[in-house]
Amino acid sequence: MNIVEMKGITKSFPGIVANDRIHLEVKEGEIHALLGENGAGKSTLMNILFGLYQPDEGEIWIKGKQVQITGPNMAGELGIGMVHQHFMLVEPFTVTENIILGNEPVKGGWIDRDGAEREVREISDRYGLRVDPRARIQDISVGMQQRVEILKMLYRGADILIFDEPTAVLSPQEIQELMGIMNNLVEEGKTIIFITHKLKEIMQVCDTVTVIRRGKFIDRVKVEEMDENRLASMMVGREVSFAVEKEAAKPKETVLSIEGLHVTDSRGVGVVNGLDLEVRAGEIVGIAGVDGNGQTELLEAIAGLRKVQKGKIQLNNSEITNQRPREITERGVGHIPEDRHRRGLVLDFTIGENMVLQTYYQSPFARGIHLQYDQIHQYAERLVKEFDVRTPDIHTPARALSGGNQQKGIIAREMDRNPDLLIAAQPTRGLDVGAIEFIHKRLVEQRDKGKAVLLMSLELDEVMKLSDRVAVIYEGKIAGWVNPQTTTQEEVGLLMAGGSTGTEVKH
Amino acid sequence: MQLIQRKQSTFLTSLVSVLLGMLVGAVMMLVAGYDPIQAYAALLSSAFLMPYDIGETIRTISPLILTGLAVGLAYRTGLFNIGVEGQFIIGQLAATIIALKLDLPPVIHAVVAVIAGAIGGALWAFLPGLLKATRGVHEVIVTIMMNFIALYLSNVLVRNWLSAGADSTEKIPSSASLRWDSLSSLFGGARIHMGIFIALASALFMYYLLWRTTSGFELRAVGFNPDASEYAGMSVKRSLILSMMISGSFAGLAGASELLGTSGYLAIQGAHTGIGFDGIAVALLGANTPGGILLAASLFGILTYGGSNMQFVEGVPFEVVRVVFAAIILFVAANIVRWGTQKFRKKAVKEHA
Amino acid sequence: MLDVLTNILQTTVLYATPLILAAIGGLFSERSGVVNIGLEGLMTIGAFTGAVVTLATHNPWIGLLAAIVAGILFALPHAVASITFKADQVVSGVAINFLALGVSVYLVKSLYDGAAQTPTVKETLTRLPIPGLDQIPVIGPALFNAFPTTYLAILVVIITYFLLYRTPFGMRLRAVGEHPRAAETMGVNVFRMRYIAVLISGALAGAGGAGLSIAIGSEFNQTTVAGQGFISLAALIFGKWNPFGVLGAATFFGFAVGLALIGQIFGLTTYIPSEVLNMLPYILTILALAGFVGRAEGPAAVGKPYETGGR
Repeated sequence: MNIVEMKGITKSFPGIVANDRIHLEVKEGEIHALLGENGAGKSTLMNILFGLYQPDEGEIWIKGKQVQITGPNMAGELGIGMVHQHFMLVEPFTVTENIILGNEPVKGGWIDRDGAEREVREISDRYGLRVDPRARIQDISVGMQQRVEILKMLYRGADILIFDEPTAVLSPQEIQELMGIMNNLVEEGKTIIFITHKLKEIMQVCDTVTVIRRGKFIDRVKVEEMDENRLASMMVGREVSFAVEKEAAKPKETVLSIEGLHVTDSRGVGVVNGLDLEVRAGEIVGIAGVDGNGQTELLEAIAGLRKVQKGKIQLNNSEITNQRPREITERGVGHIPEDRHRRGLVLDFTIGENMVLQTYYQSPFARGIHLQYDQIHQYAERLVKEFDVRTPDIHTPARALSGGNQQKGIIAREMDRNPDLLIAAQPTRGLDVGAIEFIHKRLVEQRDKGKAVLLMSLELDEVMKLSDRVAVIYEGKIAGWVNPQTTTQEEVGLLMAGGSTGTEVKH
Repeated sequence: MQLIQRKQSTFLTSLVSVLLGMLVGAVMMLVAGYDPIQAYAALLSSAFLMPYDIGETIRTISPLILTGLAVGLAYRTGLFNIGVEGQFIIGQLAATIIALKLDLPPVIHAVVAVIAGAIGGALWAFLPGLLKATRGVHEVIVTIMMNFIALYLSNVLVRNWLSAGADSTEKIPSSASLRWDSLSSLFGGARIHMGIFIALASALFMYYLLWRTTSGFELRAVGFNPDASEYAGMSVKRSLILSMMISGSFAGLAGASELLGTSGYLAIQGAHTGIGFDGIAVALLGANTPGGILLAASLFGILTYGGSNMQFVEGVPFEVVRVVFAAIILFVAANIVRWGTQKFRKKAVKEHA
Repeated sequence: MLDVLTNILQTTVLYATPLILAAIGGLFSERSGVVNIGLEGLMTIGAFTGAVVTLATHNPWIGLLAAIVAGILFALPHAVASITFKADQVVSGVAINFLALGVSVYLVKSLYDGAAQTPTVKETLTRLPIPGLDQIPVIGPALFNAFPTTYLAILVVIITYFLLYRTPFGMRLRAVGEHPRAAETMGVNVFRMRYIAVLISGALAGAGGAGLSIAIGSEFNQTTVAGQGFISLAALIFGKWNPFGVLGAATFFGFAVGLALIGQIFGLTTYIPSEVLNMLPYILTILALAGFVGRAEGPAAVGKPYETGGR
């Protein structure tokens, strides 16, 4: 029996049609994958099912009845629950408070805290979630927080569970645990819709997969009849080669060398703990690791955006530890930041102004304190053309461009300065396959020009494909080096989880 | 194309808000039994009737421009300077001290007093800027608190130092005055003074600083996105403090020129005059651009001066003008036009699909 | 000496009362995620309405009730602008302050032939001794022979505490101010919670304002409130958005305000100018914000307009 049926769902926002007549049929008791690239419309569809958006057209049938889901409350009544990609947890509240919020058990007008805690503990035990009902959210791990999200749904008696990209924030071990929990849930009679773009995970746990592309329904297939390559081409719409074409690296002198680096996060907790790293001219060094193991802080420390507590960072044999970002930039470091909207661009500035974000004060863009707009505009025109940034003109605010073109703009700016060291943090996050290929090619080009490239990505595949050497980071230290050509995913996964193997290929 | 649309909609928002605000004023007059049409007619005509009135209107506009620039410039850097009121008071205080305690030749005396006012305002704005930059303390609350500290500081100094226990200081010497007789007689003896030139020069300065210099590039970048500015090697802290200080110096200039040009002495105040709020109103209506601020200040200046005459001629209490200001601000802040067009666009999309 | 102590205590309680009411009002608003700079204006309209209605009906209780209603009415535009229209909450609050001052002075002038203040209110609220308790030395006359508004204020603090931390309503209110989207996905109506909170702040600030015009004082004019709404805001921050913290902070600021006023009686102001005492609440609040007197950190989502769905 189909427990969920969405027929011909259409939803548009000003400027785009996010869902264009999409069909989704989910059988009771299965794990159903919803597969699509970033921006394909997966989240919109699920937000419709969860009642956060209203569809412009289409029908929704739940458990054999046609329904109109007007809000999360209504979705809850229908037995639909959602684990959001960005957790929906109130940080200063306890686990129990987060779970009962909106549905509080009341005894004589007051919240029945003891009763609630008892119930939470019971459910937690039944599904093997091992959550402490009294802990505060701000004090528990990301994996634990996700289990609180799952408990929230179970507490409300949901039997249709939506998981929105749940593995992005987890370590390989935690992912395995989650897969186990998902299997437990299905055994207890729940149905799961699993939103993802990770093919391996689909192959591992799902029964059926619905593929959508650019807002349109492509196909619904049984996972057992599929392999990863065929799923990939359905998702992207053409044959994709997983390999990046590149010749063997010809590394030369050391450009970046880091010794015994210690960095703390904004709360003062040590996140980079005695890290050593070396990147040479003419090679791409990849950093693999689970989110939150100090990658962000490491790169920010190199770029001068975060204070180094202890240790040494050298660029071309001279020290740059704790220098200002401007000095580090001037000495030849380019940086494609992890979060392009937060760091990479001033969205309300024009594309032209963004192109000189670090160099506006230098000749020829300024003479003394006076900006030379002619020069700035000429320069921006050239970059936009060379890097194929699709924009009406250079006076368009960066905000108006698509994500891919925004990222191309940043890459143009950073590469054109011809830095000795290019830091690329998650350079392709959230982009479509075309833009990803473009960016990968440019990174390899930079390497071939004899520059050093330090690549950080949470997508293990990307790191393995592009890098000449891979350093696996775990709890703020390099847990081991691997050769991406000869190593296996299992080996890297083990290192990412803090295991201690890995072939020594340091040089 | 988009930019033009955005500019048009800003202008439309301002226009619609002004009309709605005046409508609220009209309703208020009807409630209390006045004739709004007659009252508004008296208001508008009296602001332009005679050269004297025009001169007085310009005098009213001058501080509005400066306080508007103060709020607008800070806003461009992402700061909400509610402290214009306090910086204005400190500007007055500094100018008074120079005017009364120093003995300098004419012109130089006035120039030094004006500069002192600007520096006073800048220093009073320094602390909120510093706290924001170094400790992340929200400038709104700090500047509100600083406003009251400024008020009491000014009062205590007037009573205990600048006068012998009186409620106001003596008149400033003419060497420090911003009055200029030829200008005044041109406008039928109105109290118009050099303050208007200070205001216009400041507007020009704000434009040049923000859009033509590297420092301005930094101030605007920090205003839009401090994280990206930091990444790009700019000093966010420096920009925040600089922005507050320039903003405060505009407010200080307003205080100094009002004191040296209009009132001529400093008195004890029981409460704030609302000049800082006027600045917020002007900046908001003028969309934080120097040109927009000039226009908005002119409008509010006409309403203010005309409003006091309206009270005289038609008997409508002046406070109705304050209500109109407040209503305009609510309408601009709520962006009533955008809201209306969005509703319309949503409907259009639905019908289209 | 004991007399002096009693006097100080009595004055402190007297001037703390309006501050407590308004600050707790602000607490509701800000805990729900809406900054309320407009407390000053809401107190102003409360003070105005309290005086005018009492003058008209000769009954201060009706005056108090009317002030509460007027506070709610003037909080409404702030709610509409900052919640429905997603206006900048600070700008909206500032506008409310001036709207309230403009409207009340305008109406006073219209009602009383251009006079700048209302006639004297004869039938003000009077001190209500609690038999027995008011005989306790020193604290008796201050705490148990107080105005009804004082008892109301203390009651409000206690109710607020239990409401906030022990009831579903309070939990939802706090959740909405910390992480509105999370609350919404759990079925909490963010807009409704915020509206209720802002209107409650209007009611309480209105009551606080009435305390100024028909209990402590007996008329309304332009300077009746004169910054006490902002001191309430300061008390809210100094009290770290916590009901009993606010009670303590408001009491302390009431002490400072009272001292500046009665300082002359003891000759204190010959050593310290009253203006310096007046500055005290503001200086302390800046120090608190800067982290020199314990760090003050507000609800996470305060000041941010909420967009349903959000894309």
